[in-house]
Amino acid sequence: MRRPFDFIIEKLVFLSGFASIVFVILIFIFLLKEGLSLFGQVSVRSFLFGVNWYPISDPPQFGIVPLVLGSLFVTLGAIVIAVPLGLAAAVYIAEVAPKWFANILKTGIELLAAIPSIVLGFIGIVTLAPFLKQLFNLSSGLTALAGSIMLAFMALPTIVSIIEDSIVSIPKSYKEGSLALGATRWQTIYRVTIPAASAGIMAAIMLGIGRVIGETMAVLMITGNAAILPTSFLQPVRTLTATIAAEMGEAVAGSEHYYALFAIGIILFVISFIINLLADLFLHRSRKVRKRVTRNG
Amino acid sequence: MNMNPQLKEKIAFGVLQLLTMFVILPVVLIFMLVLFRGLPGLSWEFLTQMPSSGMRAGGIFPAIVGTIYLTVGTALFSIPLGILAAIYLNEYAQRNWLTRLIELAIINLAGVPSIVYGLFGLGLFVTFLNFGASILAGSLTLAIMTLPVIITATREALGCVPRSFREVSFSLGATRWQTVRHVVLPNAIPGIITGAILGLSRAAGETAPILFTVAAFYLPRLPRSVYDQAMVLPYHIYVLSTQVPNVSVKVQYGTVLVLVGMVFIMNILASWLRAVFRKRKTW
Repeated sequence: MRRPFDFIIEKLVFLSGFASIVFVILIFIFLLKEGLSLFGQVSVRSFLFGVNWYPISDPPQFGIVPLVLGSLFVTLGAIVIAVPLGLAAAVYIAEVAPKWFANILKTGIELLAAIPSIVLGFIGIVTLAPFLKQLFNLSSGLTALAGSIMLAFMALPTIVSIIEDSIVSIPKSYKEGSLALGATRWQTIYRVTIPAASAGIMAAIMLGIGRVIGETMAVLMITGNAAILPTSFLQPVRTLTATIAAEMGEAVAGSEHYYALFAIGIILFVISFIINLLADLFLHRSRKVRKRVTRNG
Repeated sequence: MNMNPQLKEKIAFGVLQLLTMFVILPVVLIFMLVLFRGLPGLSWEFLTQMPSSGMRAGGIFPAIVGTIYLTVGTALFSIPLGILAAIYLNEYAQRNWLTRLIELAIINLAGVPSIVYGLFGLGLFVTFLNFGASILAGSLTLAIMTLPVIITATREALGCVPRSFREVSFSLGATRWQTVRHVVLPNAIPGIITGAILGLSRAAGETAPILFTVAAFYLPRLPRSVYDQAMVLPYHIYVLSTQVPNVSVKVQYGTVLVLVGMVFIMNILASWLRAVFRKRKTW
């Protein structure tokens, strides 16, 4: 005999299974609903290719090029810093460090991941910005460079843990084969291990980019927040995410400005959608390769 | 240049170690900074009183309470939904395109920028459903953001329960749900709890999703209902460090230490539970 409670909860299980799809669709619908209202008054062209973001001047201008470039600058800087550091740390933890030390390092990286981004933003304001200001003799340390460094640290836990995972799951026979041929451990690492982990490394870079592009509070606090076309890393910039966070509080619901901020949300949603899809493809490929190898081996 | 491979290896490993230190040392420094500058600001009054003199003095009690309310609210929505969804994926779903679609949706939910969740919460909960900026709207927004973490952790925990457990249960004539309820879930509970706590600790520290859905700039009283706004620690740190001039270092670092402390207590609790349950595990 099936009790009615069991029957209901089993139905709930089925419904909940689809909740994630429903939420993704809901998010997209609500972004579209508010964001597309902008394009009654403003052309898509002047939104995507306009070089002036003056939302409260008269007439207002909603060109997102400065914001897109701001995001690109900061993301590029962060990835250039984070990928080599992350790769080195992952290889060191997985292949070089003694086990006890590797465990300490892993805990340290987990700690970094657990620090809320608002806290890193605060630390950036009180330590990193004054340091950069002095180092480069600037009027303010709140620059694209400061944002890049801060974001690199936020992306590092993601990058390190994914690369480390993919290194650890490489079949032992790969390394043993190389070592048996007389290669040193280092030769094995850069000739065998790293190439074998390349799909995982690509996935790590993609997810790192996703993490950096979507980060909001720390960049809002530390990049200086000037919606101008950036030309140097020592200038203040303003990212897509920071613009929403900084301006939504003042934007009147239902105004062009309000709609424009939702339209930026659409762009961010689409970017993160594409990046995560790509990362997933890479991760799947690395898993598939491995399966084939273990089946034959 | 033909360097001796052994020497080359030594140099390479040295460089790797150095780069790794570049990653780890700042973490250590950040913690020491928050701890040593934050401790002098902590006192019983700081933790239990309302802010005063434009938030430059007094305590942060309402922000602590607001963060706790919000975290509990998030847990109430995301944990049941996340566990049920994971049960579906791990115990019921066939390997087909629909399941793959659900998995992709989860991956995407995990990757959506936190500020976009803020916009979504503003559009759906605050405006469309007319909850206003409220604890309810903020909790729901954070719950959807936390959902992928809880689903993934629960799936992993369910996946760790050996298949033979289920087969024995089926062979005794139990239905699928009876098997899940009495055999699989009890064995997966530790992993689920650990994952849920970790997910919630992240939600507790988030700022962007709550900016427009619940956070109050200055509200020196406790929230009266779920439809009330609330002060919350992460937003309070933002306010103290960028919006209010001349806030003393003591108050700033004190607030940061309280938030970091809360997040870390949750993280340590999760690790501890994991260790305890692992010891008890008999298979």
